[in-house]
Amino acid sequence: MKLSLRIWRQPDAATKGEMVSYEIDEVSEDASFLEMLDVLNERLIAEGGDPVAFDHDCREGICGACSLVIDGQPHGPQAATTTCQLHMRKFRDGDQIDIEPWRAGAFPVVKDLVVDRSAFDQIIQAGGYISAPTGTAPDAHAVPIPKQDADAAFAAAACIGCGACVAACPNGSGMLFMGAKVAHLGLTPQGQPERATRVLGMVAAHDEAGFGGCTNVGECAAACPKEIGLDVIGQLNRDFRKAAARAA
Amino acid sequence: MKPWRSNIGLKIAMAVSGVLLVLFIIAHMAGNLHVFEGREEMNAYAAGLRSFGEPLLPHESLLWIMRIGLIAAVAVHIWSAVVLTRRALHARPVRYASKKPARGESRHAVATMRWGAVVIVLFVVWHLLDLTWRTVNPVKDIHDAYGAVVAAFDPDRWPVTVFYLLALVALGFHLRHGIWSAVQTIAGPNTKWRKRTQAISLAVAVVVVAGFAIVPLAVTFGLVS
Amino acid sequence: MSTDYYREGDPVADTKAPEGPIAERWEQRRFSGRLVNPANRRKLRVIVVGTGLAGASAAATLGELGYRVANYCFQDSARRAHSIAAQGGINAAKNYRNDGDSVHRLFYDTVKGGDFRSRESNVHRLAEVSTEIIDQCVAQGVPFAREYGGLLDNRSFGGAQVSRTFYARGQTGQQLLLGAYQALQRQVAAGTVDLHTRHEMLELVIVDGKARGIIVRDLVTGEISTELADAVVLATGGYGNVFFLSTNAKGCNVTASWRAHRKGAYFANPCYTQIHPTCIPQSGDHQSKLTLMSESLRNDGRVWVPAKRGDDRHPADIPEAERDYYLERRYPAFGNLVPRDIASRAAKVACDEGHGVGPGGLGVYLDFADAIKRLGKKAVEARYGNLFDMYERITGENPYERPMRIYPAVHYTMGGLWVDYDLSSNIPGLFVTGEANFSDHGANRLGASALMQGLSDGYFVLPNTISDYLADGPFEALDEDHEAVVAARREVEDRIAFFLNNDGDRTVDSFHRELGKIMWEYCGMERTDEGLRKAIGLIRDLKDEFYKRVKVTGKAEELNQQLEKAGRVADFFELGELMCIDALHRTESCGGHFRAESQTEDGEARRDDERFSYVAAWEYGGEEPVLHKEALEFEYVKPTQRSYK
Repeated sequence: MKLSLRIWRQPDAATKGEMVSYEIDEVSEDASFLEMLDVLNERLIAEGGDPVAFDHDCREGICGACSLVIDGQPHGPQAATTTCQLHMRKFRDGDQIDIEPWRAGAFPVVKDLVVDRSAFDQIIQAGGYISAPTGTAPDAHAVPIPKQDADAAFAAAACIGCGACVAACPNGSGMLFMGAKVAHLGLTPQGQPERATRVLGMVAAHDEAGFGGCTNVGECAAACPKEIGLDVIGQLNRDFRKAAARAA
Repeated sequence: MKPWRSNIGLKIAMAVSGVLLVLFIIAHMAGNLHVFEGREEMNAYAAGLRSFGEPLLPHESLLWIMRIGLIAAVAVHIWSAVVLTRRALHARPVRYASKKPARGESRHAVATMRWGAVVIVLFVVWHLLDLTWRTVNPVKDIHDAYGAVVAAFDPDRWPVTVFYLLALVALGFHLRHGIWSAVQTIAGPNTKWRKRTQAISLAVAVVVVAGFAIVPLAVTFGLVS
Repeated sequence: MSTDYYREGDPVADTKAPEGPIAERWEQRRFSGRLVNPANRRKLRVIVVGTGLAGASAAATLGELGYRVANYCFQDSARRAHSIAAQGGINAAKNYRNDGDSVHRLFYDTVKGGDFRSRESNVHRLAEVSTEIIDQCVAQGVPFAREYGGLLDNRSFGGAQVSRTFYARGQTGQQLLLGAYQALQRQVAAGTVDLHTRHEMLELVIVDGKARGIIVRDLVTGEISTELADAVVLATGGYGNVFFLSTNAKGCNVTASWRAHRKGAYFANPCYTQIHPTCIPQSGDHQSKLTLMSESLRNDGRVWVPAKRGDDRHPADIPEAERDYYLERRYPAFGNLVPRDIASRAAKVACDEGHGVGPGGLGVYLDFADAIKRLGKKAVEARYGNLFDMYERITGENPYERPMRIYPAVHYTMGGLWVDYDLSSNIPGLFVTGEANFSDHGANRLGASALMQGLSDGYFVLPNTISDYLADGPFEALDEDHEAVVAARREVEDRIAFFLNNDGDRTVDSFHRELGKIMWEYCGMERTDEGLRKAIGLIRDLKDEFYKRVKVTGKAEELNQQLEKAGRVADFFELGELMCIDALHRTESCGGHFRAESQTEDGEARRDDERFSYVAAWEYGGEEPVLHKEALEFEYVKPTQRSYK
């Protein structure tokens, strides 16, 4: 099929970018979205141009590296699907497709479609862990965990840290990402001792990194390729309220 | 950063003040319905609010407590909204070139909360000038609440009624998202309870809008005069 | 001795391996190894390259111990290392099922599964440590699957007779990696680990025979910098991407290992590659990677091809009598559950004979129609729903109605840098962990063992063994003006300048694809003397053409993904050549290495323990590498020929 692409091109963080149009022909509908971009890049290099930079790695929907806003939607139109798993059969011959980077103050553009998501690592550094130095662990069966808690913890822990939630949020908030980690660790008995310090630390790091607040519109959950729901934000709010009240 | 200055801290402040305002709005709406009992009862109700607790409490004690509480709640509500909005604009400085239909659970709220709030603020100013201070209301006698209401929504002043209804629509949308959003912020319900809260929110919004709208409509269409 | 392609050098031996009863060796080594006083650890700097299971766990643990750690990864976050994509699970000899499992049985199964080409001492240690890994991960909050009683669930995996595999739905690797990543971030916050993301190691610095640092490129600014330390740990993963198409992530590469190899580190058993039988077949020339479908699908799916060659009817129109359920036919005892290497090769045979289905005839059917009939669609959906969804997303075909098409794909590389019992390479101060080393899986890795080895190395083995080396430190202070450092840096800069100034006309990917095709054709599931010789010639020609014609656009001082790829592909060429030479010299069939000349009458792999019971450790020698043999001895597990008939 034949497509018209409009792609955000920006040489580096300091230079202004713009949407640039490209025509691409003979795209296989069995190709993935990123493979379509590979084909475009091969052509651009052959023509002596600068290929489009984009983040990607595993291409099987789990590493969280890919990060394109396709036609205004993070990871594109297919629900519960990362960009790398999106295939061209979801588009029609002659479509115009807009491709932009994640947009958020906390995720500055590095080049073209590549953004800097290190703010997420900073949030984890501020408490998104359980302190269990190697070698200190009791037997794995020492503390049983009810299956439903373990399942709920897993569902929250399925977050791939891609940042689609932030990209979708009109406030550039990272609450779904942060909530997923707070919920995951808060649902395990091992996570209890640090529960209060964790949430206070992570919330402070989140705000300092320049993420906005949550207005509960739910765009994050709708964009999440792993279908993490707003209940993790509820849990985050609840944990924060209790921790802040205790700290006050 | 002190916890209460964080985004979530400010959201809690907004949520708590919002809950107080919602309770006031529901009481106000219920009080308005006295208009259907006639001039005597309506004015007696209004007078009762002034003399509540007398002689144990000074005149207008309840009203002043309410006024101070409301001013404080409105101030906290707006201040936190302004701070959070500014932070949000900072957190999302660049728009997408491509427009897309929103997909979120409360997608309408993106537009209705902030713009709706502006409409509501403008309305409250008018509302105070009209029915509290009577600056723009022909009935200056503060003991004749009934007369003021009838005068305010006189068919000749139809634009006032239209503005009032418009503001109510804004309020309705504001409540529909604001109530469950406040619950989400304060209580953090699970998915099941969040869905229930959303339904309750919608119901409260509908009841409040209907309860408020029925009064000016009744006056404008001559059912109350 | 010298042959056409290599020279044989002196044998190599694992001098650190303790002797005595196997169950006591690890304890003995921990006792005989020297320690570093906690106060002195602060003075010792360790570089860890890679943030996968083996890297993140090592960096975090070394940080906890008090060493000063510098940790590098090329990804934008440490959490994205490709360990994250591991689906199945992690083995541990907990015997929670009371089904007869033990450390010794896990040890036995792993040595046997590795087709008797691994070291007994290492594998036994792996089995011992396996139980501690599970404890450690649970303490970190890893949400393993649990039963209603709240205890951990186990399943049998990859044909094992005991249930010893712990798992977190189909995302075990993700959950284990996040546990290690979080432990790592905790150390970053504590200031013991300096983490550098989007940095790629491009050279190893060796001073006075010791590994003392690395040269890295900042992938965002292009800045080349030097990190000096007392020891260097490579945890840089496997080299499956030499095939271009594999289940590896696009960024996976051999460069860190290869640079160390060129500087003297031995590369062991490069030809041992694991081909996974259940991957989604290639759909066209645009294909950039292959996606693995969990092995568990073979529990209920039946593998078949049309009995008639070139039969392109819709699968539903092919009657039972005209289908060949070749695994059930050839291996009646194990049927569809034969081990990975056997299932893969059988699929290749079926396709080579013209029975393949789908684009290019490179696919076989994995049919769930019987399972749906027997269990109902609901039950099948409950077991495999997410995999079926993934299949449909990628192929656009509904596997409930039409059998899946699958084909083998390169998945894991058992070979890697040679290490001794302490995980030290032959270069003092250079340690290698995880898939990047060669030590524990022999010629074939069992399912759910990769995660076990990565975490075993990183959490428990390396932090204990590295102290014996660091006890001699801190080593003499170095600065960046040292001639060895300057030279290493210049090599990197020259290489970058070469690529950017080369006036070529072909893209890096086009070369990589072509190299991958050669590797897959001649050094893939079945290797022959003739084919490997041909491949070596083709690779050398293509490598020459690569240096003449490769075109890299852009600048050095910017994010330049083509430049990154060019350096990696250049190293893949040299590795590919060595893989073929290794495969050529090993005229037996074992595990992931199948030589057509060495098979039984009914087409099964035939090992040659007389001649090949050794590790092939290759020293870099350009087009004539030097082979050092490390003899393998089996005291506890007697080598037998595998049979799955």
